[in-house]
Amino acid sequence: MLTVKLTKRRGDFTLDMEFEAPTPGVTALFGRSGCGKSTAISLIAGLLSPDAGHVQVDEDVLLDTQRGIDVDARHRRIGVVFQEARLFPHLDARGNLEYGLKRLPRGAAQPIRFDDVVQLLGLDVLLSRRPHELSGGEKQRVALGRALLRQPRLLLLDEPLASLDAARREEVLPWLERLRDSLAIPVIYVSHQFDEVLRLATRVVLLDDGKAVAQGDIATVSRHPALRAIVGPDAVGAVVSGVVERVDGTGLAQLRIGDALLHVEHDAAAAGQRIQIQVLARDVILATESPHALSVRNVVPARVVSITPDVGRAVLVELDIGRTSTLLARITAGAAQELSLTEGMQVWALIKAVSLRGHVFSVPAR
Amino acid sequence: MLSPAEADALFLSLSVAARSVAFNLPFAVLVAWLLTRTRFTGRTLFDAFVHLPLVLPPVVVGYLLLVLFGIRGPLGGWLHENFGIQLAFTTTGAALATAVMSFPLVVRSIRISLETVDRGLEDAARTLGAGPVDRFFSITLPLIAPGILAGAVTAFAAGLGEFGAVITFASNIPGETRTLPLALYTALQTPDGDSLAARLALISFTLGLTGLLASEFLARHLRRRLGRA
Repeated sequence: MLTVKLTKRRGDFTLDMEFEAPTPGVTALFGRSGCGKSTAISLIAGLLSPDAGHVQVDEDVLLDTQRGIDVDARHRRIGVVFQEARLFPHLDARGNLEYGLKRLPRGAAQPIRFDDVVQLLGLDVLLSRRPHELSGGEKQRVALGRALLRQPRLLLLDEPLASLDAARREEVLPWLERLRDSLAIPVIYVSHQFDEVLRLATRVVLLDDGKAVAQGDIATVSRHPALRAIVGPDAVGAVVSGVVERVDGTGLAQLRIGDALLHVEHDAAAAGQRIQIQVLARDVILATESPHALSVRNVVPARVVSITPDVGRAVLVELDIGRTSTLLARITAGAAQELSLTEGMQVWALIKAVSLRGHVFSVPAR
Repeated sequence: MLSPAEADALFLSLSVAARSVAFNLPFAVLVAWLLTRTRFTGRTLFDAFVHLPLVLPPVVVGYLLLVLFGIRGPLGGWLHENFGIQLAFTTTGAALATAVMSFPLVVRSIRISLETVDRGLEDAARTLGAGPVDRFFSITLPLIAPGILAGAVTAFAAGLGEFGAVITFASNIPGETRTLPLALYTALQTPDGDSLAARLALISFTLGLTGLLASEFLARHLRRRLGRA
């Protein structure tokens, strides 16, 4: 377990956060820019000193201001990948990769080997190139490898994809997934893109104005009101996970979620695989009678848990679809009134299979 | 091609300039680092002091060096008594006077490149296990190498021509401290020295031009290696 407790004042910004992260596991620090994510990373890495705080990875206390413990950044063995790669321009990719490796204490264990990292991140053709000869995505892969070869007890990724365009992002993401699935190093992943969080993380800490306002597994945090405020109304949606029961030849997979069977477009799915999907609240239609003769593929029986006011004239309806799975639906207040929706009422949630395209993610092994 | 006197003056000039650069560089890197990376009281005064040789008449610098490093001066006396080193009126003294004069140029050049070094790279090195000294030698120094080189070449070129401080502190001794400009000055004071003076001027001109071209070529090469071309 990684436990973090930090207080830091900088001008009129105050960072005061407390969170936990499983080790191993991928925990996302998610929030708007300026919410203190990068400051938190610098504090955990030891590049900044907090006014007060405590950082502990499993048994090792790296910072405890009360007990006067503050391990220098260079002895923390925390790998950091920064937004701008920060490769050393006067060294080639190999020189960059070996920089941390060469500075390990004598006789230190090296469970992560050079050749393995090169293979894991596909770096062999890049080794003799200098940073200015690498694309943005290649730079980040080298930076990842460099951090890994430091044999870190914890890996901090500070928006490693934020400076890349969409195509380069898609190029690096699979490598990050590979890394997550093949190494047992705990990762803190800082991002302001919720789809990256969905793809990589198992746990989310929501940051707002220097504070951790919510934390928990993705499904829980995806329904948290604080997240709605951060991602904006159009990106609000519950995350649910389920097992693929059947894949037909047309690219539709049948997914067991709650008591329902959901049809989703997902080419790469295999039966038995666990995947998660984000169902955007604006894509869910509610009916008070079981509908028929509709093109919509997914009609899910549900029970209304709560109805809360949302942006504009809309309300957000929380739906229980069985086995602790929950959906969110945004409908107009007028529609809610006409249907006389009340808490505890039986309804049907209608979700177009095509609206789930691009919102399907494989669930991390851990 | 060159007369023995001309060869002497040329060789002395090169030697004095080279030694002045060798004196300069370690201190200039240290002072540039102090001025860019640290905050201490009296920093502004220190900064002004470092730049004094740029605005003082060279003769004044030579005079101050005589006062300090002359055989009866506080530092010169100490050096002479303990190590048998004499600086005034020697080749080494000429190099010292030249070094003091070009010091601000070197500091300025290194300082400018230090200010452009991305501190984030040093942070990255720190997370990879490098201590402060290690970071300086493995990251900062290679990155400011173009600035150091540019400063060194400028100081070398300027040092070939240092006159006032050298003649005041080290005098005009043939084969010892009579560098190109001093030889040229001596030739002008001598009847029939006109053609010698012209030849010496041509040598100085050729040296200066070669130095500047070499520096530009080297700087380009280094920038390319760092990917900033």
